[in-house]
Amino acid sequence: MKWGVLQFPGSCDERDALNACLIAEASLGGGGSDSGSRLVWHEETDLSGLDGIVVPGGFSYGDYLRAGAIARFSPAMTAVAEFAADGGPVLGICNGFQVLCESGLLPGALLTNERTRFICRQGDLIVGDANSPFLSELEPGQKISIPFKHQSGRFFAPPELLEEIESNNQVAFRYAPGHNPNGSLNDIAGVTNRAGNVLGLMPHPEHAVEEFAGSTDGLGLFRGPALAGAEA
Amino acid sequence: MSEQSAHRDDKGEQSAHRALGLTDHEFDLICEKMGREPNGVELAMFSLLWSEHCAYKHSRKLLRNLPTEGPRVVMGPGENAGAVDIGNGYSVAFKVESHNHPSAVEPFQGAATGVGGILRDVIALGARPIAILDSLRFGEPDTERTHYLVDGVVRGIGHYGNCMGIPTVGGEIYFEPPYEQNPLVNAMCVGLARTDEMVRAAAAGAGNKVVLFGSLTGRDGIGGASVLASAELDEGDDAKRPTVQIGDPFEESKLLECCQELLAEELLVSLQDLGAAGLTSSAGEMASAGNTGIDIDVGLVPLREADMEPFEIMVSESQERMLAVVEPSKVEAVLALCTKWQTASAVIGEVTDSGTFRILKHGETVGEIRVDDLVDGCPLYDLDPEEPAGWTYPNRVMIEDEATPSDITLSLLSSPSIASKRWAFEQYDSIVGSRSVHRAGAADAAVLNIPESGRAIAISIDGNGRRVACDPFQGTIEATLECAANLAVVGAEPLGVTNCLNFGNPEKPGVAWQLGRSVEGLAEACRALDAPVVGGNVSLYNETPQGPIYPTPVVGMVGELPDPDKIAGENWREGDAVALLGPFDPSLAGSELEKQRGELGKGLPSREIGPVKAAIELVRDAVRSGAVRTATDVSDGGISTALAELSISSSIGFEGELSALIARRDCSEDDALFGEGPGGFIIAGDAAVLEKLGGQGVDFELIGEVGGNELILEAGNSRVEILVEEAAAAFDSLEDRIESDQAGLTH
Repeated sequence: MKWGVLQFPGSCDERDALNACLIAEASLGGGGSDSGSRLVWHEETDLSGLDGIVVPGGFSYGDYLRAGAIARFSPAMTAVAEFAADGGPVLGICNGFQVLCESGLLPGALLTNERTRFICRQGDLIVGDANSPFLSELEPGQKISIPFKHQSGRFFAPPELLEEIESNNQVAFRYAPGHNPNGSLNDIAGVTNRAGNVLGLMPHPEHAVEEFAGSTDGLGLFRGPALAGAEA
Repeated sequence: MSEQSAHRDDKGEQSAHRALGLTDHEFDLICEKMGREPNGVELAMFSLLWSEHCAYKHSRKLLRNLPTEGPRVVMGPGENAGAVDIGNGYSVAFKVESHNHPSAVEPFQGAATGVGGILRDVIALGARPIAILDSLRFGEPDTERTHYLVDGVVRGIGHYGNCMGIPTVGGEIYFEPPYEQNPLVNAMCVGLARTDEMVRAAAAGAGNKVVLFGSLTGRDGIGGASVLASAELDEGDDAKRPTVQIGDPFEESKLLECCQELLAEELLVSLQDLGAAGLTSSAGEMASAGNTGIDIDVGLVPLREADMEPFEIMVSESQERMLAVVEPSKVEAVLALCTKWQTASAVIGEVTDSGTFRILKHGETVGEIRVDDLVDGCPLYDLDPEEPAGWTYPNRVMIEDEATPSDITLSLLSSPSIASKRWAFEQYDSIVGSRSVHRAGAADAAVLNIPESGRAIAISIDGNGRRVACDPFQGTIEATLECAANLAVVGAEPLGVTNCLNFGNPEKPGVAWQLGRSVEGLAEACRALDAPVVGGNVSLYNETPQGPIYPTPVVGMVGELPDPDKIAGENWREGDAVALLGPFDPSLAGSELEKQRGELGKGLPSREIGPVKAAIELVRDAVRSGAVRTATDVSDGGISTALAELSISSSIGFEGELSALIARRDCSEDDALFGEGPGGFIIAGDAAVLEKLGGQGVDFELIGEVGGNELILEAGNSRVEILVEEAAAAFDSLEDRIESDQAGLTH
């Protein structure tokens, strides 16, 4: 599987995300340095040949105006929207989640944390019952340990939309009891679009793919689409 | 100021050179070297490069005594940062630098730009920053000013590092009264580079072009670091707020990626960051290092404000700017890459073989100085040290006379300098970059995975100013040994040292004595540890009308370890045996308890380095072999605090006693429980495994066993008996104290 990881000016975790993609590919017997997975510059519009997209964490365009508000207008995001409309798997992490929400590819919005401060901590997530290729290796209700780090991660949606997200089974992850770091509604840490091929979450699975990091629970998300493809 | 000459006959209070911080003698020397009086542009440039901050005129002679060479040293003092070889063609570059006075005046921007500045020093070497550490000092956390400073500094550091995507992996914070008005903000950056791709800051090749890129040049920070940092703070410093620079980590993030691409494409001859004294310092030092001349046309500098004077352009400290020397044929490609990264760029001058730094405005010369005179001409001063007769800092009683050993242990754990700083460190991204090695429990040293070399590095930063105030020589040795002990716990051996010497006004004999003795201690300890000093920074004049700060040499040490799977931490298990290892000879002199009792005085007991080094090496080897998985060094608060921290970290208690220590050292019960000093390690694990460490020429005794929910520690007739959860509550109490009244202070 060939991954494209977007790179905006101000992106921070794009190399980490690409590294996670390569580790996942290697764990499935593929990958290697000539795997074709690569960074995608924000001005690129041609995603042909790529099988999955990661919109990474960081501070795209300095988070000026509002986190993700400028990145959504980048040429690459226009291409990502088309890629997603065609059913391609798109994973948004942290700032990438914010960009996907700003783009309208995912429902809801991410507001400033309840305590207003940046917070970086290892936390537990409970896998939701969303149907997504990224979750193909995870069981609903399963608990995984993933770090989070953000200042604007409080998931918010107006009551009708929240009800819709819940009733359509679009919740991909919830913070485990006592682990909600930011005041997110319904403890929501990640959601999918209606079709399930676009998933965004505030925690950072790419920082939980190697033993030395203390957890490898994040690897499943990056293995998921390839495994789902194999099943199909 | 105008470009007319600064009149020499006007030596009244208003004379230009005095207002800029130059003495009459220095001004005369400038005139003598130039053969005429400097004009306004030239005088402004001299005043900055001849400031304490840029010229190290009160410290340079002392620093010559530091050991700077070793087989692993790639770059030593004089470059933007030091660097050591870590094998397989890679080096790590590192440096610590202060941003104290800007942070005293405007804590958020002061701390943020402090981080930005040290990152650029490492970026300028062609390295990619991979870690930030911070060493912070504030007054006691019970005043509104301290709350304001802590809040702003911690958010400022987080803001810059987090946005840049560089992990903040460690650091330390001490709270002591002498820092109340003059906090210390020292930031250390570590970067990784291929050794053969590192660049020096020397200009070369007459005819090569000088390219300025990054942010636009504005009026911010004019005379900022260099003037603000070269005089004492006094009342009315709020008026200096405009001299504090404003940071933009987004610009620096683009600048970092742009520099990395420029270097990867081999488009640059040399690279230099713009820091204190802006273009004057960068261009001047590049020309000096390369034995060249340089022409800069201020008319070509991209400006934020169109009507800036030449002197303003030359001394502006606008952040996020770099200066490069580029061969003419590559200029186009350089400017194109800058455009790709959306960063402003312009050719602003040329390298010459004249040996002269010429300032032009649209082709017309407005200033002309010999590079040697500007960069190396500043007179270096001998200090006039005199040892103070007694303790010159305030004492304040903070604990009751009748406090029991249990009360004292809880009081020490809740002491701001000892208590958990988790609330601060959680505001920093510590994991971006996928190198941070995660460990259960608190970290004595940060460990970063380096797959490029197949190894890992460890980093520690330390400097207990109170102990240095008691005895600058012994205190500085202890700070250096503490770093090495922290490295040993993760199985690392030292490769190199950086330091930031934070002191008061060196023109005062007592401070001069502190500075001289401290540097002697640093030199002695680094020699003994085979840890060369590859770079550093000096921050003097840290004093206010209330007096000087504690003399605070902050030591940053980088080491290497073979296997990040084999490191020890503060995670012990039920049933583990616990031992005290090393020549630790505890004393209350300069300790946290002596501070709380209001009994601080001059002097620390002198301790030999040799046996401490032997203990450090024994622990390091035991950790590397995998025999020891739980270890920490005995530090602030003594043995009771070290054992309490281990209990808190694992949520499992301990029971033991210290009679063997008391007998061996002939010390008091208080000394044994709460005394401090170098050379003590607590290790835990299987008793048979630990005992094998006992017969190796290093003092060793089993002191107890892990288990239960209480910390029970006996020393003669004294007994500490507290619940682990009580200890944890005390240890975690600082956040509430710091944040209690911050509601209205968010930035």
